[in-house]
Amino acid sequence: MSGIALEIKNLYAGYHGTEALKDVSFSVTPGDYIGVCGPNGSGKSTLIKVVLGLLPPTRGEVSVLGTPQADFKNWQRIGYLPQGLQFFNPHFPATVNEVVRLGRLAGKRFPKRFSREDTVAVERTMEWMGISHIKGCMIGELSGGLRQRVLLARALVNDPELLVLDEPTTALDPETRESFYKLIFEMNREKKATVLLVTHDTATIGKYASHLLYLDKRVVFYGSFDDFCNSTEMTGFFGEHGQHLVCHRH
Amino acid sequence: MDISEMLSYGFMQRALIGGSLIAILCSVLGVFLVLRRLSLIGDGLAHVTFGSVALALFFRLHSFYMTLAIIPVVLGCAMGILKLAQKARIYGDAAIGIVSALGIATGVMLASIAGGFNVDLFSYLFGNILSISSSELVIAAVLFAIVITGVAIFYNDLFASTFDEELAKSSGIDTDRINAVLVLLTALTVVLAMKVVGIMLISALLILPAVTALQLAKGFKTAIVSAACIGVCTVVVGISFSFAMNLPTGATIVIINFLTFICAFAARAVLRRS
Repeated sequence: MSGIALEIKNLYAGYHGTEALKDVSFSVTPGDYIGVCGPNGSGKSTLIKVVLGLLPPTRGEVSVLGTPQADFKNWQRIGYLPQGLQFFNPHFPATVNEVVRLGRLAGKRFPKRFSREDTVAVERTMEWMGISHIKGCMIGELSGGLRQRVLLARALVNDPELLVLDEPTTALDPETRESFYKLIFEMNREKKATVLLVTHDTATIGKYASHLLYLDKRVVFYGSFDDFCNSTEMTGFFGEHGQHLVCHRH
Repeated sequence: MDISEMLSYGFMQRALIGGSLIAILCSVLGVFLVLRRLSLIGDGLAHVTFGSVALALFFRLHSFYMTLAIIPVVLGCAMGILKLAQKARIYGDAAIGIVSALGIATGVMLASIAGGFNVDLFSYLFGNILSISSSELVIAAVLFAIVITGVAIFYNDLFASTFDEELAKSSGIDTDRINAVLVLLTALTVVLAMKVVGIMLISALLILPAVTALQLAKGFKTAIVSAACIGVCTVVVGISFSFAMNLPTGATIVIINFLTFICAFAARAVLRRS
């Protein structure tokens, strides 16, 4: 594993001439769990898209797991879980097993074929995630919580070094949300995966994440939750009550 | 007339073999197209094929040479639909509409300039698989091999892109390339399917076996295999029935496909209730 999991320098990015991110710089150490927060339109999802190579930056440098983003090819080292599927069709004829196995395509070379090793990895991940019993079920027949669990299994099937999650709990009920956070926390602790999690849930993320990245097109705050708790600048920004609601240190 | 007598005719053997190969291609690609909400691309490309047929007739090319001549034109227009959708900032359905209208307009214009063609244009509009020649069957077999190999090679990438394009991209899959592969394979299939059901009914052969299979499928691979089986069965039954009853083959195939879809839909409703 390289010394820096993610390094972003003077990043500018946006859509159709509108800048969603301006002069964003930060770096993430392997094993960190970063909670990415900010108001609507603050550039959180844009940042994720740039990290994953889905959106080219306007300016600036992005380095993922020690490789410049544009040259990055080892997609099996990154796991990605979106808020939900882009245009999810509840009648899509895919089983849980087939969906989790799709994750193993990352990093494969042409022609992409599954091996015995892939089957073992899929079985192991489904067992770890507690979804082995539904492996033959159709993805569209599952509840929102279970479906997100399956997509998380798809993201984890390669034991990624960097796990990127874009508001994964938005559509979940509070109980499922809590167990989801715990699962990601375990993933971070047990497998030492670096986690970049975008969330609106500023009141909960401090319980699990080690660092906070607060964006509002620019970096408003980046550092540990302890630093956030003690920052007078952040007291001015959030107010004392809001600051300590986020930091979860009291 | 019994089955052995029907099968003793050379044209029936060619029709059944050619029809089955084309049905497999249409059904397999149809599953990807229907799930990606690109069902009408078949219709658009069929209209382009109409323009291409007119162009080939204009230059007095027939049967074997006509098929060879229209392939590059339809492939080019298929890429045109993709590029229009990507570069001109318009949605895919509008791009299909533009290219489709252009195909028909070109066909009508060329027919007018040539003062009408001597061949029966109806055979291209509504198909006539019973008239498939040995050389056309060879083209069908070669294109079948190309398309089915293409699907087999890119199967996992096609599945991933169909499931969710953004997730596929985040796995390092070049979805633009995969979209191009899907559209080009569809274009080749549309040129072949023109012979079976005709330009007007091609989209039915792409859509119906796929949506029938999707009613009952319990997995992606089973959906693909069932669609291919449904496509072959309906085309074989359609050709035989139309021959025995002296009905138009293309229309018979489409109606049998629709009836099969209704049966699958009803079976699904019954299964859900129980």
